[in-house]
Amino acid sequence: MRAVDRDRRRFLKLLGMGGLVIAADPGGIVRLDADGLEPGAVEAPWTPHVYVRVGEDGTITIVCHRSEMGQGIRTTMPMIIADEMEADWARCRVEQADGDEKYGSQNTDGSTSIRDFLAKYREAGATVRALLEDAAAKEWGVAAGDVKARRHEVVHEATGRTKGYGALVATARTIAMPDKARVRIKEAAERRWQGKTMAPSIDLVAMTTGTAVYGADVRLPGMKVAVVARPPAWGGTVASVDEADALKVPGVEKIVRIPASPMPGGFLPLGGVAVIANDTWAALQGRRALKVTFEPGPHAAYDSVACKAALAESVSKPGKPGRSTGDVAAALASAARTVRADYYVPHLSHAQMEPVAAIADVRNGKVEAWAPTQSPQDARNTLAQYLKVDAANVTVHVTLLGGAFGRKSKPDFLCEAAYLSREVGAPVRVQWSREDDLRHSYYHAAAAHHLEAGLDPSGKITAWLHRSAYPSISATFAPGVTGPTPDELVNGASDVPWDVPNLRVEVCPALAHTRIGWYRSVNAIHHGFAIGSFVDELARAAGKDPAAFLLELIGADRSENLLKLGLVDPPKDYYGASFADYPVDAARAKRVVRLAMEKSGWGSPLPRGRGRGIAVHHTFLTYVAMVVEVEVRPDGTVLVPRATAAVDAGFVANPERARAQMEGAVVMAMGNVLSSEITFAEGRVVQGNYHDYKVTRMAAAPRTVDVHLVESEGLPGGIGEPGVPPAGGAIGNAIFAATGVRVRELPVGAQLAGWQAR
Amino acid sequence: MITLTVNGTRRTFDGDPAMPLLWYLRDELALTGTKYGCGIAQCGACTVHVGGRPVRSCQTRMGTLNGAAVVTIEGLHPKGEHPLQAAWREIDVPQCGFCQPGQIMQAAGLLTTNPRPTDAEIDAAMSGHICRCGTYTRIRTAIKAAAEKRS
Repeated sequence: MRAVDRDRRRFLKLLGMGGLVIAADPGGIVRLDADGLEPGAVEAPWTPHVYVRVGEDGTITIVCHRSEMGQGIRTTMPMIIADEMEADWARCRVEQADGDEKYGSQNTDGSTSIRDFLAKYREAGATVRALLEDAAAKEWGVAAGDVKARRHEVVHEATGRTKGYGALVATARTIAMPDKARVRIKEAAERRWQGKTMAPSIDLVAMTTGTAVYGADVRLPGMKVAVVARPPAWGGTVASVDEADALKVPGVEKIVRIPASPMPGGFLPLGGVAVIANDTWAALQGRRALKVTFEPGPHAAYDSVACKAALAESVSKPGKPGRSTGDVAAALASAARTVRADYYVPHLSHAQMEPVAAIADVRNGKVEAWAPTQSPQDARNTLAQYLKVDAANVTVHVTLLGGAFGRKSKPDFLCEAAYLSREVGAPVRVQWSREDDLRHSYYHAAAAHHLEAGLDPSGKITAWLHRSAYPSISATFAPGVTGPTPDELVNGASDVPWDVPNLRVEVCPALAHTRIGWYRSVNAIHHGFAIGSFVDELARAAGKDPAAFLLELIGADRSENLLKLGLVDPPKDYYGASFADYPVDAARAKRVVRLAMEKSGWGSPLPRGRGRGIAVHHTFLTYVAMVVEVEVRPDGTVLVPRATAAVDAGFVANPERARAQMEGAVVMAMGNVLSSEITFAEGRVVQGNYHDYKVTRMAAAPRTVDVHLVESEGLPGGIGEPGVPPAGGAIGNAIFAATGVRVRELPVGAQLAGWQAR
Repeated sequence: MITLTVNGTRRTFDGDPAMPLLWYLRDELALTGTKYGCGIAQCGACTVHVGGRPVRSCQTRMGTLNGAAVVTIEGLHPKGEHPLQAAWREIDVPQCGFCQPGQIMQAAGLLTTNPRPTDAEIDAAMSGHICRCGTYTRIRTAIKAAAEKRS
């Protein structure tokens, strides 16, 4: 039997043998028989990413191939399929997929789950519905057109006879699959949940009763707990270890060195010294008693004060263009006036509530791991590479993710667990402390931006120059990277929807001295803050209302393929999609601006100390305008009485969860703008826990977040990330409106203290 | 030897008296609804009730718990239908869900001493908790909904 067949058998076992099992792959929808794939059903390569099983008892099992980290995919994905199936939601179960290429991409990042798979989910559900209708028609000896699936049963409309889905399984397994013409995706009016009200979220009861299983909650018989002392600076190595005191701690069993990975390391562990114990407390105490010295490594001089100055210096000179339209230099030289401003955004950390943890059991050349991972295939392949075993011998189970925001895309912590399990010959849970998580993460890049614009006598923008410098994420994976590449600008910087004839966006050099990684919205965090703030500055310079100015800057309705807008060295795709499918659309950008203005009461008077700010950003193929109202207290504390989000994300499958993502985006942007900052001194992260890495708490959280979704049947855009970038700019602009203080460096921190006296 | 009850069940403990209750619950009793988030009482994810009052289990040493009655999220209500749990579901509060057991335990303590809290009182009681997904506005709504239902 070929390995792939074994995989199918194993998979069918997971679902429980029997029943009707349907899988969807890019080539079509297929039915699986008891041995796996039906003979001749589909050509290799066989990579279905949707699996649906209907049991003889009518229970429907849907395999979720994407990771749940708060965005609601374990609800939304099965909800779409169940809706198209005309299933009863109460009889649907969700199975979480292990990491395996057969599911297609499982990399849960880039706000891609719905926009990449919506069509396939719908087709899979509609196919099962048609197949069950055909089965009923056959059993009754009537025409397929005379029966209709309705709420978990098929109805013969003329006689009112019904048959439940479970009772139809036997026949549905033997008849021909419905041809494509029979498979009809529901019209909007027929949908029960998609784009309408939500089905109850699948994990709600577990999450509110403490039974939901996250990474550190997995327990295996004989499992040890490991806590690791890692080099404080990137590229550091262990110089000496004195284990004696650590081994005296009751419960500590062993000290194991994890070798440092060759720089730059990518997804591999940093190395260090692990304390293996029989419980978490003993491991933590053991590490406290452990005496380790480190060789400092090549980045031990990294210092955030110097870094900030270097980034500012870098953007003071021309860089490599990522987009160039018209002649910016000439337009700036001939402008009636010019405005320029520089912005800085520091390193940030995800600070997700669940510190990373992973469990691994390595024995007899086989690796089994459990982890809160956003990318179980990357985890699996990285484990295989790291332990030098065949990926076929590596199984990665995905738990719920206690927040992720990009951190859990990187499987370094799984590698640690697997390495240690192999070394100690027992299952091991690696537990990162909060301090470990903040000090050894993959950080959002610190960034400097220089913006310059030329205005004509009427205040219209004729030239736009934007230079940015930040260490590139690619420096985490490849040596010799000296700065961002122009395609990193296609994340809300070179794809701005502005109607400006002379526009140039550049990247400038910046070296990485720590692991740089994806953090919710990625470069759009600093692009969004800088651009959103600068547009407001331009409006003020032009003496115009910022919202009206924004509409003017976006200009006339037009829909343009970004590739025709002067991109230099463009990426091969647009957030994984085609440029042609997702043109930059001025009308959509203006629509969300107008919607946010209308719903927020833009322009209505506010008392002293309060102000509104607006920003619009187009990222992850979605348009979001935010109006944030702030109240700035005399001591400089910033509160948000109200935030209004207007969102055009094309078709939104689960509006309720989309609203929740926007609510969260405002809160996260508040942390990014107002209080959060990772700084380095002597190569080490200064902050260690939530007392000094400050994030938004209840008292500062918005009173109200109103989210307005543009109703659309258009191609879906992202939802998880696009809310953060405009919220950042809008908060800064609201602070200016309230206080007259322009924030150009983040975080705001104590910058507003005594603002009333200024 | 320390004797205590956890969710009504009598337990004895003779390990390190300095061990935080958090790790006893998670590692020894497999009550993993109580979460580790920070270890220094900065995030609230580990909140449980001791003697009916919310405490941070990461800062509560086992040695101080002789005779104590500990209640965790698993024991808040026999069927998981405490008015706050019901409200949390009705308002679909959780995103990732990780911090929510701690939030619910804290809110349950608040409603015991203050059945009709104002916004300011909710903020004061709940600001020791972090929700990185940003569900705060829904948490406020859910606490008020539960309070209203109970009164």
